[in-house]
Amino acid sequence: MYKVGVIGDRDSIIGFRAIGMSVFDTSDAVQAGEYLRQMVRENYAVVFITESMAEGNLELIRELRSQKLPAVIPIPSITGSTGLGMRQVRESVRKAVGMDLFADPNEK
Amino acid sequence: MANRQVNPNRMELMRLKKQLVTARRGHKMLKDKRDELMRQFLEIVKANKALRTRMEMLLASANREMVMARAVIDPAILESALMSGRESLSLDIDTMNIMSVKVPVFSAGFEMSGLRETLPYGMASTGGELDQAVIALKQALPIMIELAESEKTAQLLADEIEKTRRRVNSLEYVMIPELQTAIRSITMKMDENERGNLTRLMKVKDMIVNQAIEKARARDAAASVPE
Repeated sequence: MYKVGVIGDRDSIIGFRAIGMSVFDTSDAVQAGEYLRQMVRENYAVVFITESMAEGNLELIRELRSQKLPAVIPIPSITGSTGLGMRQVRESVRKAVGMDLFADPNEK
Repeated sequence: MANRQVNPNRMELMRLKKQLVTARRGHKMLKDKRDELMRQFLEIVKANKALRTRMEMLLASANREMVMARAVIDPAILESALMSGRESLSLDIDTMNIMSVKVPVFSAGFEMSGLRETLPYGMASTGGELDQAVIALKQALPIMIELAESEKTAQLLADEIEKTRRRVNSLEYVMIPELQTAIRSITMKMDENERGNLTRLMKVKDMIVNQAIEKARARDAAASVPE
């Protein structure tokens, strides 16, 4: 059995404790990176990380992409979505296809 | 890339030709693999995008509920209610094979579809707002797990597609042309040797014939000298 964890600031993620996830609360990106590494060692299956914390650990998250576990999934924090999660989806597309299929033509 | 130095002999030629056939076949197969991976990937990514939009919406509303709860309930009580023990969420992982890319399939230990109404804390000290917030999160959970699965799958596939594309390109633009050049240069070298050999033979034959003629002439001359 594999665990599911959440990293993020306390306000954003406290509720996940009630549905059984392990909660690692921090609002410091470096600390978040530490937690993430620890969770990789402890064989977490899924790590949800708030977008603001993910922003500071993009390198590490990119490294974890090609590994089978864990799945590191950015989630919006309590202040709302920054669009990082969607950007990462598009990045995968760009990597695979060689171009951004979902690019918004109005966005420059 | 500079064409490599090879010995122009038949052995080498045969070896290279065999290599070229293998390379061509590999190239074709990898190309097919890439196309199929791409098709699967695009499907997954499309679903992934929809899932993510949905998850972000669900979480946003759950967060709103949580803000409400926080506003009415004393922070200490809220925290202790949320922290109170409960079996932790754990997942089973299966592996699915998409075009020989191993991707994880998550399944939770409890049934995900039915909303279990049990909340992990007592009702006495907390209000309905918190219940709403937790229920909203619970509703978001299956989507989140599904999203995790599809996002990971998309990432792994993207990786594999990139690798395959590199291989296809290196076969197509490096390996195959290089082999073709090597084969051509060997064939030309061998043809050239052949021609060289032929002219040498012709020359030698000429010389032999000339010698024979000389000899015959000498004999004739000797014979015709009156005694």
